[in-house]
Formats: sequence, structure tokens, C-alpha cells
Amino acid sequence: MTVVFSKTPGLTENETHYCPGCTHGTIHRLVAEVLVELDLLEDTIGCGSVGCSVLSYNYLNVDMVESAHGRAPAVATGVKRVHPDKPVFTYQGDGDLASIGTAEIVHAAHRGEKITTIFVNNAIYGMTGGQMAPTTLIGQKVTTAPDGRDIAHSGMPLRMSEMLAQVPGSAYIERVSVHNPKAVRRAKRAIKKAFTYQMERKGFTMVEVLSTCPTGWGLSPIDSLKWLEENMIPYYPLKVFRSPEEDYPQ
Amino acid sequence: MAKMLMKGNEALALAAIRGGCTHYFGYPITPQNEITEYLAREMPKAGRVFLQAESEIAAINMVVGASAAGGRVMTSSSSPGIALMQEGISGLAAAELPCVIVNVQRGGPGIGGIQPSQADYYQMTRGGGNGDYSILALAPATVQESAEMIRDAFQLADKYRSPVFIASDGMLGQMMEPVEFGDTQPTLMAEKPWAVVGHGGKRKPNTVKTLALDPLVLEEMNLARQKKYAQMIATEIRYENFQVDTAEIVLCAYGSTSRIVKNAIDLLGQEKIAAGLIRPQTLWPFPDAPFQNLSKKCRRVLCVEMSCGQMIDDVRLAVNGRLPVDFFGRTGGIIPAPEEIVGQVKLLLGRK
Ligand SMILES: Cc1ncc(C[n+]2csc(CCOP(=O)(O)OP(=O)(O)O)c2C)c(N)n1
Ligand code: SF4
Ligand SMILES: [Mg+2]
Repeated sequence: MTVVFSKTPGLTENETHYCPGCTHGTIHRLVAEVLVELDLLEDTIGCGSVGCSVLSYNYLNVDMVESAHGRAPAVATGVKRVHPDKPVFTYQGDGDLASIGTAEIVHAAHRGEKITTIFVNNAIYGMTGGQMAPTTLIGQKVTTAPDGRDIAHSGMPLRMSEMLAQVPGSAYIERVSVHNPKAVRRAKRAIKKAFTYQMERKGFTMVEVLSTCPTGWGLSPIDSLKWLEENMIPYYPLKVFRSPEEDYPQ
Repeated sequence: MAKMLMKGNEALALAAIRGGCTHYFGYPITPQNEITEYLAREMPKAGRVFLQAESEIAAINMVVGASAAGGRVMTSSSSPGIALMQEGISGLAAAELPCVIVNVQRGGPGIGGIQPSQADYYQMTRGGGNGDYSILALAPATVQESAEMIRDAFQLADKYRSPVFIASDGMLGQMMEPVEFGDTQPTLMAEKPWAVVGHGGKRKPNTVKTLALDPLVLEEMNLARQKKYAQMIATEIRYENFQVDTAEIVLCAYGSTSRIVKNAIDLLGQEKIAAGLIRPQTLWPFPDAPFQNLSKKCRRVLCVEMSCGQMIDDVRLAVNGRLPVDFFGRTGGIIPAPEEIVGQVKLLLGRK
């Protein structure tokens, strides 16, 4: 009998706690597969965050340290400065990275910290029950904007990849999605590139992954994928915003 | 090594390097900048890592990462900066991560001033951050003691897997005194099998975490930490007794204030008034015993602080109603003068 598919050794045997249809699990798997394929699993040190992925250390088969809400890039900086040759990553949600942790992510990029950030943007605070995030779309109904996000009241949704691409220390910034198999394959390629550039010490690397939150959005898993494609991608275009292969004005 | 004339802050910094500190993260704030600047200059020469963080919040979280990754880590700041670090300090205590945190106290609350103060006693000994935890706090009174306590702080941090405070103040940090470092080599870092270094395919992944959603599990973890704190209380309390046995009034003061109190005690002696000093060298755990063993001669206790009265709570708990406990302090960055203390003692004893 030939094995055509097996679970990646980059994941532990634990069953995840994510809601049905949540794509956090898909993104975990992509990170795990990339670390195995690049033969980095044994050396990698991960920095968790506060959000639905707070228990990511139970699922990713790597050494991990928990971080306070928003502070993973600073924690990762500390880890990386102790182990400059080892792969170090953060796994953060949009509330974590784009709201409470803006200072830490900007300055990790600014220092050109040789880490990889996996930024899971689901346009909502999943864990705390569906409140507004800086990334929540205009008109999107959330528990703290029950009539939908209003520009005059809360501003426009924050585009973190576009913003961090302007920071000189950023080496690689790409936004991807996981709403269909093709997008998933592209997301995996992006994550692989990010870790590769990290190991080549090119600078700060981040992959923003558009992700679903069926529970917070109040949609079925299938409708969530459709909602992501039809509403998030037009505002959050999927593209490479910065790459070491292109020259940027100094 | 011969004696050197150094500022308290610089002695702390050099002692950290000699104590084997591998990583320092900090953010500028007066009156502790000499520590950060000294380490920026000297850490790279010693093959160690210095990094200026974008804020105290980032600095303490870099400490979290570097300590979790197995480094021997330090940060330093002053009062408002320590306030910003509290979430991280609570996390370090919960995750049982060793590190040294220097607080060169200045006047508060708020932005306050930049002159010496001891108004962070509550902040350092009463938690400061959220949750049930305690942090060893060593309080030096001289530049020499500053250097020695940093060395001890790294060892205690490793021994207990705990953050350790150095409670300095703006006067001690800025004053110059001769200091000797001795020739002892830094003690080796403890083995850290719990550190996150990559599992190497040889063991299950390590996780450094504090989240415990099951109340029974969290209670168990808290009780385990309490056992550790009980051991600290049993073995790490330090204090100095100065002319306590013959004293009719015992003063209590720590850090630079204790030196002024000693001057006051000398002045009182010239007027045939027998006063003594109990000087806590650990603020937490607080030295209760010397207050419980005071001689029959002692009629009162006077707590002197550069604050509106914070340590006095611990003094009262230790005295436990056996004697009247009074307070004298200056605040906002004013250093009390020996004569003021003499005046207060005479008033309390009903002497002219
Ligand atoms: C200091 C602090 N503030 C607030 C919280 C509560 N909190 C937990 S998760 C979260 C939001 C997480 O949202 P996001 O980062 O988008 O992650 P998601 O759950 O959507 O994946 C908040 C506000 C906390 N744990 N700590
Ligand atoms: S609340 Fe949303 S983000 Fe969190 S697990 Fe459920 S679906 Fe996923
Ligand atoms: Mg989110």
C-alpha cells in the first residue's frame, strides 16, 4: 500500500479547538508543512499571540513561547537576539497585530528583525466574541458596531501590508488568502518564501493571510469563503507588496 | 581588581556584565540613562547583546522572549517606565522566567519629576501587575552594594526562575563612590531544559506559557508559585541592624534614605538619645523578624521614606501593634535632611 497523504509531522496529534469552517487550522497546516519542507522544524521557535490562535503551541510541533496581546514581535525580537541563526516566527490575529500591537510590529519591521510574521486577518476579534477590529470592513456588522462600521466614527479599515511595505526594514510582505485551493497553494508559496528570506537574513518578513471567522461573521463555512472572496479581497488586494527581488528607493 | 570611582548606575551596569548578563533591553528614561548608555558601549565589547527598544512595553516583552530562549537577561528603567512594564512583569512571574529588572526610582505619580524618590515601594512589593505573584526586591544603599546585589540578583533569578527587582533610586544611581568588583567569575547559568531553543527532533516541543483556562489548574499553578514564594521568605530575607539593641527608638529606612537616617542617628547620639536603624535589604520579602525581636528599651518605631508612606504598611504589620509606629517622609524628589529626622525623633520622644 502506498501512502498518498499523511498529516505533516509539523503538526502535533492534538485536535484543534477552532470552529467548523475556521481557516486558522488551514494556516497552521501551511506553516507546519513549510517548516518541514524547508527542514527547519527542529530549530524553529514560535511566538504565539492572544486571539483564537492563543493555543497554537498545542498544534504546531515546535518550541513556542506565549506572548501578551500584541507583543509577539517584541517577544520574537528577544528570542531572535538569543538565537540569531534559528528560524523565529510570530502568529498573530488582526486585533493583536493591527490594534494593540501596532507599535511592536512597526518597530520589528523597522529594525529589519529577521523574523517571519504570519498575520491572520479575519476582519474581526474572533476570540472575544466578534467585536470591531481596525481591519473590519465598512458597513460590516460587528458587536461593537451593531449598525455596521462607519467611516466617520471609526475610520477606514487599516491595510497593514501596504503600511509595513513602506518601512525600510521590511524585506518581504505579501498578502494571500485561503478561500479556495488555488489561493491556499499560493499562500503556502508565500509562507515558504518568507521563511527562506528570513534564513537568508534579508530583513523583516510578513505574510498576511485573509481568513474566515464563520462564528464572528454569523455565516456558514461555505458562505464565509464566499464573503471573504467578495468583500475582503476587493479591499485587501492579494499581492506582493515588497520583495528582496525588487529594488526599492532608499 | 582595584577600587574604582563610579556612579551607582554605571556600577550596576558593569556588575551586570560581570554577572554574566547576556542580553539587555531598555528604553531611555532619567535618572537611569547611565545604565543604558554604559551597556550600549560595553555589552558589544564583551560579546553580549544590547538593544534599545521602542518602548518599555517592548523592552519587557523582549526580556520575555530572550529569557524564554535561555538568555541571562536584564532591563532597567525608572518609575513611569516600570509602570508600563507591569503586564510583562506579571507575565514573567507567571511564566517563571528569570530576569533582573532595575528600577531607579523618581518622583511620581504620573510623569512626576526626575529627582530621587522611593514612591514605587507599592509598585514593586504589592504586585503592580495583575494576579497573585510576588517578586524578590533587593534594595542597595551604596554603590558597592548596588554592584553586589546585581550579581546576587542574577543568581536568585535563576535559582527561583523568577524576575528580581533592584530597587535603586535617583540619588543612589547618580552618586559617585569607590566600588570594588573582586576577581570572582560570574556563576554559570543554570541548566534551562524548559527554554525554547528548538526541539531538535529529540524531545517534545517546549512551551513557555501562562494561559490556564481551567480554574482548578490555575489554582494549582498559583499554589505552586506560593510554595516558591514561601521558600523565598524562609531563605532570602536580608536586613541590616544598626545600634538597634540599645535604642529607645528604632528607625526603619532603606536605600539612600537609610544613609541619611544613619547620619541622623549619629546626631541624636551626640545629644545622648539612643536611636537605631533596621535597614531592609530585601523589600519583598520584608524582614519581619527584627521588628518582632526588639528589646524592652525600644519605645517607638519611626519609618522614614522618600514617599508619603508606603513601606510603613509593612513595618506596622511586622510590629503588629506592640509599639507605636510613626512616619516621616519627604516626597516629590525632596531628599530628607538629617536635621529634620532628628527633629521628628525628638518630637516623638518628647525631648527638647
Ligand atoms: C491586554 C489584553 N487586552 C484584551 C484582551 C482580550 N482579547 C483577547 S483576544 C482579543 C482579540 C483577538 O482578536 P484577533 O487578534 O483578531 O484574533 P482572532 O481571535 O480574530 O483570531 C482580545 C481583545 C487580552 N487578552 N489582553
Ligand atoms: S471565533 Fe472565528 S476565528 Fe475564532 S475559532 Fe471561531 S471561527 Fe475561528
Ligand atoms: Mg481577528
